[in-house]
Amino acid sequence: MTAVLHLDNVTRVHGEGATEVHALRGVSFRARAGELVAVMGPSGSGKSTLLTIAGGLDEPTSGTVSVEGSILGSLGNAGRARMRRTSIGYVFQDFNLIPALTAAENVALPRELDGERTKAARQLALAALEEVGIVDLADRFPDEMSGGQQQRVAIARAIVGERRLILADEPTGALDTDTGEEILRLLRSRCDAGAAGVLVTHEARHAAWADRVVFIRDGLIVDESGADSAEELLEVTP
Amino acid sequence: MSIRQALLALLEPGPMYGYQLRAEFEQRTGATWPLNVGQVYTTLSRLERDGLVEHVAGSGDDDADRAAQVMYRITPSGRGEVSAWFTTPVPRTQPPRDELAIKLAIAVTLPGVDIAALIQQQRTATMTALQDYTRLKRSGRASRPDRPEDLAWSLVLDSLVFDAEAEIRWLDHCESRLRRAAVEGQLHTPARPPRADLNTTDEEEVHS
Repeated sequence: MTAVLHLDNVTRVHGEGATEVHALRGVSFRARAGELVAVMGPSGSGKSTLLTIAGGLDEPTSGTVSVEGSILGSLGNAGRARMRRTSIGYVFQDFNLIPALTAAENVALPRELDGERTKAARQLALAALEEVGIVDLADRFPDEMSGGQQQRVAIARAIVGERRLILADEPTGALDTDTGEEILRLLRSRCDAGAAGVLVTHEARHAAWADRVVFIRDGLIVDESGADSAEELLEVTP
Repeated sequence: MSIRQALLALLEPGPMYGYQLRAEFEQRTGATWPLNVGQVYTTLSRLERDGLVEHVAGSGDDDADRAAQVMYRITPSGRGEVSAWFTTPVPRTQPPRDELAIKLAIAVTLPGVDIAALIQQQRTATMTALQDYTRLKRSGRASRPDRPEDLAWSLVLDSLVFDAEAEIRWLDHCESRLRRAAVEGQLHTPARPPRADLNTTDEEEVHS
């Protein structure tokens, strides 16, 4: 398996001198194609910082981040923005949809910003909405949809155009248990289909959908659970 | 133990052989609480002694065949016991012994135990189990429960998931409380060097 995302010895320091905060203190991390990795930690542990740096929304103080072989730090702002439109999909807790655009328009936006023609972008958007199971809501506006449906739109926007790195920051935080589980099922199946996924969460039940769970404390990765399973011990074939 | 009531209840719809009962039990519970055939027959003979089931003789050619082919049928007083089981809550007055809670309760009072490491190791182990249960839930017969037995199994898996999740939440909670206690100086600071026999590792680390 090839790693889609590489973080090598990444540090991030906010502020200077007496108010200096070390959000990340030398983190190395991989997410491979076909793999969903969960990052767990209490608030202030650095887990969200890790994700924003992986997504090119923030820059490390030292260390390197590469996505599909490109080192984000060497790309410049325009190059990083392009990576975010073409390679990196980001899913937020509060969906971050544009209220004045329909579901299909929200999903098509990254493609259109990347220069795709409106009609072709809409076709890709509809395919992505189909994949997340809500193509029938394509022409609705965000405020005409439930939280779970809006998050599905956000996931469609994150995967449109075959992006291979999906970063999700507490994507189930604003949803009820069942709806949250559906969202995890979607992320999981996208990773099973070949994407690399990183899921930041403080919910153990959600982290358990991942292939690996990485525990972060005070800006350092302290442990990791990757499961070779004991399921043979449990499942009885009917 | 609930195995007795569970087997009795499974006989309600109609008589069954011992091996059949075991299979029906495991259809609903996976191998979460494995039952061996011996246990099933011991339980059945106790139920028979107490007048809750009766056996229906088999039609085999020799004795061994007949023994294996004994069918069990629930009696009217057996039905009474089943209905009492379903209408009485499971008592919570005596919490089941929780090794982890006991271990942590002892560990926080002793010098020389690396509690942070203890908590992290347990969390990783419990998370691995939680990942396994989740994988079972999303694949196999629990993911698309067509039959009531499959739904039962997926609910048993949910119970394991919720238990593991509760344990991880409790470990997170212990960790943050212990950190706070350490900052506020309430945690035991060893006055003497940690005793090697209290350490699970060879390193002698002092954690305050």
